[in-house]
Amino acid sequence: MGIGLAVGMFGLSFGALAVASGLTTAQAMVLSAVMFTGGSQFAFIGVIGAGGAGVAAAAAALLLGARNTFYGVALSPLVPSSGLRRVTTAQLTIDESTAMALAHQDAGEPRAARTAFWATGIAVYVGWNLATLAGALGASWLGDPADWGLDAMAPAAFLALLWPRLRDRETVAVALAAVAVALLATMVAPPGVPVLLGGAVAVVVALATDRTHR
Amino acid sequence: MMWFVVVATSLAAWLQKYLGHLVPESFVNHPRVQRATLLLPVGLLAALIAVSTFTESGRVSFDARIAGLAAAFVALLLRAPFLVVLAVAAVVAAGVRAFTG
Repeated sequence: MGIGLAVGMFGLSFGALAVASGLTTAQAMVLSAVMFTGGSQFAFIGVIGAGGAGVAAAAAALLLGARNTFYGVALSPLVPSSGLRRVTTAQLTIDESTAMALAHQDAGEPRAARTAFWATGIAVYVGWNLATLAGALGASWLGDPADWGLDAMAPAAFLALLWPRLRDRETVAVALAAVAVALLATMVAPPGVPVLLGGAVAVVVALATDRTHR
Repeated sequence: MMWFVVVATSLAAWLQKYLGHLVPESFVNHPRVQRATLLLPVGLLAALIAVSTFTESGRVSFDARIAGLAAAFVALLLRAPFLVVLAVAAVVAAGVRAFTG
């Protein structure tokens, strides 16, 4: 239940922000129907909204989407599939469906894990797309997004997505360093590139600290 | 052009998921790869916050969005749900804009 409500609100804000950042309602719908991974979709419209190039938006979205590959690896023994079925299984491989399936696996219920994956994946897919449509249509009626503070919703959405990942001093330090690098880069690099440099900061820290730990 | 980027990126995002169901577990379970995947979203999201709050058309700028972000921060500290966080940010930013003109 909690997931459903959260997905609905998240989808509404995605639809509204996508239109506010300059996409058409149809383009927002393609992102929700085909890309179907919230963090990447927000990153995509975030870069476009900041005036970034398509290539930079694509790179930011796909870097954030890299975690879905890991989800797929964890899910493939739990939710075995092949052929056309695998196309669907892959599409529904997202944060929520993976979390629900793995929770049942941890509880020692492999069959329930499969059911949870499909039930969660399908419910989120339907809810996410309906909410995106409602948000996009709603935003088209509002007029100038800045008058409603809609442009302030994008930073708030990114902060809310980042929040649960700030687990310790290291992640907070990486986040602050990425903010500094992105703002410095804004003065010299074209829009979109600063976001990618923020990601690069994280990877450099990950590789550098890994060596000292082992 | 925008259509091409939207469709191509969406298909590539799907392919990322699909590949996960194909590749052997040993590759992605490498600790260094896992650490990078854990921290990568932190760096990207933090940079997105910076860019969407402090820049306008590719230049550094300071406006009501900063007040909106501060309000969102407080809302998150108070464990507010997602939409409340966004609504608070929007209302505060719109309010600051209305008062400062």
